Amino acid sequence: MRRKKIKVSINGREISCFKGQTVLDVARKNGLKIPSLCYHPDLEASAGCRLCLVSIKDRKGFFTACSTKLEDGMVIITDSPEIRRLRKINLEMLFAQHVESCRDCMRSYNCRLLALAQEYDLDLSKFKDRKRNYPILQFGPAVVFKSEKCIDCRNCVEICKKQGVGFLELEDHDSFIEVVPSKKKDKDCVYCGQCIVHCPAAAFEEVDSIKDVEAVLKDRKKFVVFQFAPSIRASIGEEFGLPYGTIVTDKLIGALRQLGAQRVFDVSVAADVTTIEEANELIERVQKQKKLPMFTSCCPAWVKFVEFYYPRFISRLTSVRSPHIILGGIIKKYVAEKEKIDPKKIVVVSIMPCVSKKYEITRKELQLQGLNPVDYVLTTHELACLLKSRDIDLSFVKEGKLDHLLGEPSGAGVIYGASGGVTESALRTAIRKLTGRKNARINFKKVRGMEEVKEAEVILGGVPLRVAVVNGLGNAKDILEKLKKNPKLYDYVEVMACFGGCIGGGGQPVPTSKEIRARRAKGLYKIDEKKQIRLADDNPAVKELYKNFLNNKETIHKICHTKYFPKKKEKVKIIRK
Amino acid sequence: MAKQNIILKLKKANLLGRGGAGFPTWLKWKLVKKAKAERKFVICNASEGEPGVFKDGFLLEKFPEEVINGMILAMEGLGASEGYVYLNPLYFKKYGKNLKRIIGKKPIILFEKKKGYIGGEETALCEAIEGKRVEPRMKPPYLAEKGLFGFPTLVNNVETFYYASRISRGEYKNTRFYSVNGDIKKPGVFEFSESLTIKEVLKKTNNYPDFDFYVQSGGGAAGEIFLGSELARPVTGAGSITVYDKRKTDPHALMKKWVEFFMKGNCDKCLPCREGLFRLKEMIRKKDLNKEALNEIFFSLEETSFCALGRGAPVPFKSFLKKVMNIDL
Repeated sequence: MRRKKIKVSINGREISCFKGQTVLDVARKNGLKIPSLCYHPDLEASAGCRLCLVSIKDRKGFFTACSTKLEDGMVIITDSPEIRRLRKINLEMLFAQHVESCRDCMRSYNCRLLALAQEYDLDLSKFKDRKRNYPILQFGPAVVFKSEKCIDCRNCVEICKKQGVGFLELEDHDSFIEVVPSKKKDKDCVYCGQCIVHCPAAAFEEVDSIKDVEAVLKDRKKFVVFQFAPSIRASIGEEFGLPYGTIVTDKLIGALRQLGAQRVFDVSVAADVTTIEEANELIERVQKQKKLPMFTSCCPAWVKFVEFYYPRFISRLTSVRSPHIILGGIIKKYVAEKEKIDPKKIVVVSIMPCVSKKYEITRKELQLQGLNPVDYVLTTHELACLLKSRDIDLSFVKEGKLDHLLGEPSGAGVIYGASGGVTESALRTAIRKLTGRKNARINFKKVRGMEEVKEAEVILGGVPLRVAVVNGLGNAKDILEKLKKNPKLYDYVEVMACFGGCIGGGGQPVPTSKEIRARRAKGLYKIDEKKQIRLADDNPAVKELYKNFLNNKETIHKICHTKYFPKKKEKVKIIRK
Repeated sequence: MAKQNIILKLKKANLLGRGGAGFPTWLKWKLVKKAKAERKFVICNASEGEPGVFKDGFLLEKFPEEVINGMILAMEGLGASEGYVYLNPLYFKKYGKNLKRIIGKKPIILFEKKKGYIGGEETALCEAIEGKRVEPRMKPPYLAEKGLFGFPTLVNNVETFYYASRISRGEYKNTRFYSVNGDIKKPGVFEFSESLTIKEVLKKTNNYPDFDFYVQSGGGAAGEIFLGSELARPVTGAGSITVYDKRKTDPHALMKKWVEFFMKGNCDKCLPCREGLFRLKEMIRKKDLNKEALNEIFFSLEETSFCALGRGAPVPFKSFLKKVMNIDL
């Protein structure tokens, strides 16, 4: 359907736009500022915070810009003494529920609430905070819910519902309706962390691992190794004011070195190992026509989603470990041996876009003779906080290089950070393996992009392979429901819990939106395009690894493969009643 | 022919919705009739839940046949194949069985309301029947275009359907039902001309007080306060008159009752209604009625609330503070 072009006036400026676009959308696209807190482009407008008030000529009263759709000839005013007064009153009441713990808050350096407090010259002491002494809860080793900061926009509930999880609910408490974790036995958090990146008030945060990492960095007996996920290079720059999707790989390495990293490795190298293992498994399953469709498993939130909500599909998950777990194992076994370091002294810190990775590293079955492959996970956002606390500005930091023992990744390993990347990498390798052709197909553009469900059919060894690439667990749920009815619908299914894949992860910088995620993904695909080596199995560093270390079934199995189990509901940890 | 004429008859009778908002009934029916859709719904709103208003319960007890008949007229007249009676839990328990008997095999479903006062708002009511969170929807679209399950829907109050039925038979004489209550001797539901003044209603029912008093008209929470000298006006809203004995009524306790009713009954979705009412309650509790703060809260409620519940909430307080407590805002 073609959209009708219309002309409107906002603050006296003639603007052409499309019928049905909202006032907020058009105003912001034209550089006009309208304050809002509850609005998030990933969600339908709920118009709850009542801050984006505007007036419309010849219409009585005030309208919320987020929910008001433009019509031809509309004359909008976004600022007036009355509008400012109403916004100020509402902001003061909003601050009267939210407990300001700015000193300890991990978002205070780019807090939208504080910015509005300044802009509207608020009296923050006017009312006593309504939510003082509200509970602080923790979900698994991943997410903290400080309900004292909640401003009741309910974005968390909505996004949790959109994820097909529905763990966050609304409950009647006397005369208030409040966000609570579900008490139902069949609802559990899968730690995707989307509540964190959709909360305007920092009521949701990742479980803080900064202090632990700082402690090991100070501990001279420890040998601290940092590894960073594919998507970090395209997102962390935003925390330091760089444009969305700016690639900062070398600066990131430099910053990690400045923090005191004794080794820095790129998880994308291990993604190449994952690709090789996963392609082998895919070929095997397709040839035997067994346990199909095969599901990817590098997203731990997706894995828990299957284990908790759909245990009947556990056998479909590929047994291949996620890249940072594989790399952790390689560091503690191979690197330790090569460099003659006691593996017990090695502390592996993963920089991840994700909070469910904090949960993944606690999974017992991943241990290697009692050692955890990865000791700590810092999210992109946590690393930015840590760097800022050390006055390390990523835009000025001296660039660094990876430790060459594990080499550089292929292009395939880098695109893991975007939805479709795992599939494309596995297909590159699997097809070449079966055809043996030198010029095997490299680009699979159908599986790229921000579409939440992508489908493709490719020929794998003469047989058509039906592929689904999904981001967003709600969409994955739909696919699982379809598979219940028609088990042969697909042969290979990639799922990333977060929108757009890891570049939209729960540990990534805020704000996030479809456009921002697309820019981050674009950055990763650019790296891939420029790489000489774009197939995982062409990576000389990886070849070396297979020759020197992953050269027998037992080691490969131990380092690269794992098992999954049906899960029971975890207890919510009460940090403060 | 009767079917085609019903909207015209409603128009001639000039029946206004008796749920409180007073929208012309014929127009509401016409909009749904005009809408083109595979399915249409007719809903009878029997969620009555405001203090001092109980005329819909009275009608469900005394004239349930008329109410159901009014619904059937609407369903036939608008081409709606399905109907719902949306009852508050008490009415569901008291009148459900009898209503089912009257409905028989007709396609009308009884639905028990769960959540409080806001559940009576017509879009929130649709959300409730759809099994969603009970809160008002964004308007537009209006229910006549996209109502229950996305189909054109007519929602009318019990009393409106009752009179639609009477109008279809030419038996309407511009009357309405009054819930008269409070510090009086003969509380009850009475049917009188809709043009009667508050004073006349009180006199006709032998309830005119011989003590110093004030009344709340049009709802025992959201209604406006009038002094004894201001009663030469008709009753509005949901048609209630609550009499308060000035000597016996504790002003703070009364305001507390109202504000707690709103706080319990609202959906908490929008900030002014959730936080503004809470701050109001705190001020009443502490007996600290700071004018500036009150003005700010009322201004925000009136101008920025999502739905009519919040926008109308200041009405009783403002009139009460001014007239009874002599606080000029």
